[in-house]
Amino acid sequence: MKKRIIFLVCFYILLMFPIYWMIVNSLKTENEIFTMTTFFPKEITFANYIEIFTNPIWTDSLINSIIYVCLNVVITLLAAIPGAYAFSRWKFRGSNHLFFWLLTNRMAPAAIFMIPFTELYFTLKLFDTHLGVALAHCLFNIPLAVWILEGFMSAIPKEIDETAFIDGFSFFRFFRKVFFPLIAPGIGVAAFFVFTFSWVEMIIAKTLTGPLAKPMVVTIAVAQQAVEGTRWGLMSALTVVMILPGIFVVYFVRHYLAKGFSLGRV
Amino acid sequence: MKNRAWLFVAPVLLLVALNALVPIMAVINYSLHYSFAGSAPEFAGLNNYIEVFTDPDFLGALRRQFLFSFCVLLVQIPLGILIAMQLPKSGKSVVVCLVLLGIPLLIPHTVVGLLWRIMTVYEVGIISKIFSYVFDYSYRVTQNPVDAVLTIFFLDVWHWTPLVVLLSYAGLVAIPDQFYQAAAIDGASAWKTFRYVTLPKLRAVLIIALLLRFMDSFMIYAEPFIISGGGPGNWNTYLNQYVARKAESYELGYAGAASIAYLYIVVVCCFIFYTIMTNLGKGIKR
Repeated sequence: MKKRIIFLVCFYILLMFPIYWMIVNSLKTENEIFTMTTFFPKEITFANYIEIFTNPIWTDSLINSIIYVCLNVVITLLAAIPGAYAFSRWKFRGSNHLFFWLLTNRMAPAAIFMIPFTELYFTLKLFDTHLGVALAHCLFNIPLAVWILEGFMSAIPKEIDETAFIDGFSFFRFFRKVFFPLIAPGIGVAAFFVFTFSWVEMIIAKTLTGPLAKPMVVTIAVAQQAVEGTRWGLMSALTVVMILPGIFVVYFVRHYLAKGFSLGRV
Repeated sequence: MKNRAWLFVAPVLLLVALNALVPIMAVINYSLHYSFAGSAPEFAGLNNYIEVFTDPDFLGALRRQFLFSFCVLLVQIPLGILIAMQLPKSGKSVVVCLVLLGIPLLIPHTVVGLLWRIMTVYEVGIISKIFSYVFDYSYRVTQNPVDAVLTIFFLDVWHWTPLVVLLSYAGLVAIPDQFYQAAAIDGASAWKTFRYVTLPKLRAVLIIALLLRFMDSFMIYAEPFIISGGGPGNWNTYLNQYVARKAESYELGYAGAASIAYLYIVVVCCFIFYTIMTNLGKGIKR
């Protein structure tokens, strides 16, 4: 038992060290980062954070990111819930192959695909809009959400559906009153993963956005090339800011996560 | 009933097909033509593909990519299962453990690259400093191929092992206690219990973990780019980055053919994994 705890503590120290280091660096002055190795800042400065939250370049792109990620979560779940229901309840011609094909779409976003991708979204008049990025991210998020939700839904016995229909529930009412509460943990878990993958995606977001909808990941990547080697403190603070919304989401679904993990296959 | 199924799946298919099929068609089209900017494209047949598969740079990147993905999977999957087995199954600590595990997954690839870059910058980064103080070794990511490759490797293990842990943990929690009790009554050793009870039950989640990790590691792009720009030399240039370079220099025919070949390789590998793992389970059940 003791061995186990020591092992876990070591693992978590290794896991958290880079993040701790980033937080510490973000609170140090540039000078301190370069001249000495300190595990705690000698003088704490919030200058980096003040700059991020007052400079419109950073605040705008942060808001852009949040808007399209949330839109993507909504669209993905709206499409994936009925889809996953169909996969879990009915066997239809080619359903297994369809499932595998869906998953392979995670691999498409190699750089070359971005050229026709851009043309497509130009034609749809969705280039440089939040909706455009949200729709594009469905490419890899919908398959993932379907896969996760299908696992949860298959764990719920079919008899529940049948009993509800015999009791005279309409399909919509059954879904809302009976089925939805049962798979709520699954939706929480799926929402978490969908949020995460949309939040961290860069190649598509970079190609499909111009000045209007430019997300945080892209602005950081650009800034990293521009201020190379000089502003590590600011870069560290930006990394911390990038993690915050995710932590908020994890906190929001934390009970579902633990519960969801014990139910479904993800 | 069948029609209703299609109706339910329709939005999923529509959204994915919109994003997947149109670009793939276009890329296949590129791959079959010579790329001359300005003039009308000329049909090239399979010449672009021949060029790709005789290009030593492409084959080199492909070899490095396979080696990288293989090493990453070899470490991450067993390590993930091992850690998941040590995690508490109930109590208050579960939520803390799971939330902490989720944090690395929430950091964008570029930011992870940046984070490790900050830690490995020569003479400034903490890792570089530790190496020079403790081992008297100058750790230079931009000069030393071994350092660069190992940095990417550890970065990926750090970033993605938590995903394997989370997935395995989900699978582990779903195994009813009765199975372990039965194994204990039969006097099974720890290894046998793991091999014949735990592992088969984890099959479903391990398929997901393996496929996700294989695909994602095979598409690694931002991290090596930020850490060392794919260098020194070509040491850290993986397939995605190599193809992207070609696309950026508008060699559309070549890049198109390389992308299709790339996609084909990944799909075939995934299909092999998928089939093997599904069949393996059938064998064990009987």
